[in-house]
Amino acid sequence: MSPREIFALRDHLGPELKGRTISDGRRVVSLTDILEQTCLVGRFDELSNRSVLLAVSDQLISALAMTEIDGVARRMLLCPPDLKTDHVQTLIDEAEIDAIVTDQPSRWADFGVYLVMAARPPERRGTKVKTERATEWLMLTSGTSGVPKIVGHTLEALTGAIVADGPARGTPPVWATFYDIRRYGGLQILLRAILSGGSMVLTEPGEALADHVARLNAMGVTHISGTPSHWRKLLMSGAASGFSPRYVRLSGEIADQAVLDGLRKAFPDASIGHAYASTEAGVGFAVNDGLEGFPAGIVGQNRDGVEMKIVDGSLRIRSTRTAHAYVGSKAAALSDGDGFVDTGDLVELRGDRYHFVGRRGGIINIGGLKVHPEEIEAVINQHDEVRMSRARSRKSPITGSIVVADVILADGCDVSRGDEIRNKILADCRAQLPSHKVPAMIKFVEALDITAAGKLARTDA
Amino acid sequence: MQQIAREQQVTLPPLTDDLSLHETGFDSLGFAILVARLEDDLGTDPFTIAEDAAFPLTVGDFVRAYENVPA
Repeated sequence: MSPREIFALRDHLGPELKGRTISDGRRVVSLTDILEQTCLVGRFDELSNRSVLLAVSDQLISALAMTEIDGVARRMLLCPPDLKTDHVQTLIDEAEIDAIVTDQPSRWADFGVYLVMAARPPERRGTKVKTERATEWLMLTSGTSGVPKIVGHTLEALTGAIVADGPARGTPPVWATFYDIRRYGGLQILLRAILSGGSMVLTEPGEALADHVARLNAMGVTHISGTPSHWRKLLMSGAASGFSPRYVRLSGEIADQAVLDGLRKAFPDASIGHAYASTEAGVGFAVNDGLEGFPAGIVGQNRDGVEMKIVDGSLRIRSTRTAHAYVGSKAAALSDGDGFVDTGDLVELRGDRYHFVGRRGGIINIGGLKVHPEEIEAVINQHDEVRMSRARSRKSPITGSIVVADVILADGCDVSRGDEIRNKILADCRAQLPSHKVPAMIKFVEALDITAAGKLARTDA
Repeated sequence: MQQIAREQQVTLPPLTDDLSLHETGFDSLGFAILVARLEDDLGTDPFTIAEDAAFPLTVGDFVRAYENVPA
């Protein structure tokens, strides 16, 4: 029996496909002859079998460096741009990092790592690089205040859902995402662009949304993904008009009916799908019928080899697309004895669909009763006058805590109607929610914070 | 209090200083909302500031708790 052939990213980047590009707000780089170029300064063969920390501030150069390092290094840890300096030494130790690829070599010189290699915009290289091994891809979890967990993947697991979807039909897609590609949701899109023979348009930090959308249009973006919070922000900005992608994808947060309907209205010609994925559980499934939640029928074993079950209300997933382990000396087990990853995402069966109700860790406690803020937000977001909301707990000397909702009104909504809208929202909350979940106060706000991972910031969760 | 009573669908009796809070028909949630709104309007919450604050028994006690907040 011959050993199984190992594919690395470079093996999807042949010269036969013309006109492919990767771009950000500053440069457009052709992917067609990218294998003849390099972003790395120094002796590339020194990265062979090393554990590499990829700490390049620029997403475009990061993406190109990934294609060079994959299949050569033993491991590659992707640093998101918001990584806290305090956590770096722990991560270097836990992931046994012995090489750093960075655009700021002086910043990384003092971590005691054997090799620090500079990265810069691509230039012609002398030799061709060969795939030597299956590199382990390491990603960091988001959303925790302590040191992030290191999650170990293979390229095969990361691309499992993309391969299962089959090759793109027709003209290769031009993908874009609001995510950073050093996060699971963004990396999925970069990999989709690379495997489909298409192009990729990256975000540019600090770019105004209107400028970003103009750039998406100019690059001919056909497929685009983001979190519901990213999409609500776009819908609120008014910048969506004139942009007409063929495929709009949501992931990373609960896609409620309001945001799905909002996108349907804004992009009448697009397919709109919401995907369930997490750094640990990989891509579970995508729902394309325009409705929130997912059909109960997909629980169990589905044809893509993804198996789902619900235990104690939380979704558990077993598949070849999940991460294989948390990495580190004291790392916990990532899956149970049977290989199921507990996603911590809680679901509830209503009729023939499961609906996401919130995160196990995101529960707020109201007078001893557990409340999922997402459940309240879904009711508030049903109103045409509302673009986005956040439910949270507020300390109270009387009951311990009360539910407070911060609401952003939709564009063109007259603030003088505040009392009327507030009463309408409260009436619906009372009709649809048990009394302890009805917000005690509704505040109208101009903006709500979004985290670096594109999710609604929840300070009390 | 009137506004919260409307929102909470509570009928308030006429408010006098010696009316006990229990008789207002407000439950603890009603008071929690009242305290939170007053904190937003007045910038202070006497029940959280004073650790030994006696819990008010009457409407008059409740109002006095706000009057006695150190400036």
